[in-house]
Amino acid sequence: MSTQIETKETEDEEIEEQSPGERRREIKRQRAENRAKRVEAELDEAEQTRRLKVFRYDPEVEGKEEPRFDDFIVPFHKGMTILDALIYARDHYDSSLTFRHSCRQAVCGSDALFINGKQRLGCKTQVGDLEDPIRIEPLPHQDVVKDLVVDMEHFYDQMHAVEPFFDPDETPDGELEEQRQTPENREYVKMATRCIWCGACMSSCNIAAGDNEYLGPAAINKAYRFAMDEREGENRKQERLRIIEQEHGVWRCQTQFSCTEVCPKDIPLTEHIQELKREAVKNNLKFW
Amino acid sequence: MSQAYDRGTVEDFGRWREFSAGMWAWIFHKFTGWVLVGYLFTHIAVLSTATGGAELYTGTLQGLEALLVVRFLEIGLLAVAVFHILNGIRLLFVDLGFGLDQQDRSFYASLVLTGAIVVASVPTFLGGKFL
Ligand code: HEM
Ligand code: SF4
Ligand code: FES
Repeated sequence: MSTQIETKETEDEEIEEQSPGERRREIKRQRAENRAKRVEAELDEAEQTRRLKVFRYDPEVEGKEEPRFDDFIVPFHKGMTILDALIYARDHYDSSLTFRHSCRQAVCGSDALFINGKQRLGCKTQVGDLEDPIRIEPLPHQDVVKDLVVDMEHFYDQMHAVEPFFDPDETPDGELEEQRQTPENREYVKMATRCIWCGACMSSCNIAAGDNEYLGPAAINKAYRFAMDEREGENRKQERLRIIEQEHGVWRCQTQFSCTEVCPKDIPLTEHIQELKREAVKNNLKFW
Repeated sequence: MSQAYDRGTVEDFGRWREFSAGMWAWIFHKFTGWVLVGYLFTHIAVLSTATGGAELYTGTLQGLEALLVVRFLEIGLLAVAVFHILNGIRLLFVDLGFGLDQQDRSFYASLVLTGAIVVASVPTFLGGKFL
């Protein structure tokens, strides 16, 4: 289904007498009517319709500061994702319905939502797999800015806290020469590189919810991605291990597996956290 | 980052219905661990009656075992201890990095095994009460 609504210009020459403001309002009214008719027709045509229950909240608009749920009935088609359904609701019912999205293919990480009680990407979740009504809420444990949009600032801070950049001890001599990595090592960190910064894991983590300083699964996974890269410089690795083994680092993890459960990129987060725990212990073991 | 305002169903306690295996394992492990600590105190209290002489000790134990509720509590204690040990072993494997992709199955296995052991123990614990 296209997100674009072709706007049929129905207003005609006959409304010449009106002021520009009146004309504009008239056009808007017409469009709204047409849209309503089209929705009705589409709902009639559709073999199946689904009901969304969407969390609404807007602190800046009077009457909307109280969180509430809005129902939207959308025509269902095979292959429809939650994101498609939300886009339909926004374009056909309420243009103020706010949510983030961009790639629509589980790449950009914009649309992690709390759908029927689980953190999932809207664009990677099939409407057909869920039971009615489909409850769509913003990610728990993050501040809601508006409707389904949460404040990701804290998440980004955590990600940056592990210094997520590459810092080798030595670089190749040739100016444009690549820094080679063995295929085995690449395979080893492969899953860890797949993070799309969606924040689903962080939102699902019971420990991160109660301890704002806890680095959380995504940031620890980011640290893992570099610490386990054979090209990582020794000093940087020590620095990184120091960050992840501090009080609010890896040792907060209680192996509840919630993050691993929800990660849309199937990153074995708990496994990576556990491995870094062992790495930290090994790093500190001294036999003299 | 909890909210100052009420987010309704988003963050309420009803979420326990949506927990999956790893989370349940964690909750049960905490719970059973603390029940075992609690039992430790009871255990010490009962055993300490031995300092008052053999008579008192035997009498205390016989008195306790005569109570049906104690028999049931013992079954409960066994269940709690067995689950804690089995899941404890599971957690040790998780710590060592073995079979993390099977963590849900090993949790269910702990539950099933606990159930089987508890059922098998019932005749022993209730011996002389109903039989
Ligand atoms: C063979 C016997 C046992 C095994 C294998 C075992 C294993 C474990 C493990 C691995 C943990 C750590 C859980 C984690 O990683 O978070 C733990 C926690 C704990 N265990 Fe045990 N345990 C055993 C017996 C006991 C006994 C007898 C008691 C009580 C006296 C007990 C009380 C606790 C408590 C209170 C915790 C901590 C719960 C918490 O984190 O708040 N355990 N056990
Ligand atoms: S680790 Fe997975 S769940 Fe967490 S931010 Fe990255 S992609 Fe999202
Ligand atoms: S829209 Fe990009 S991840 Fe869903």
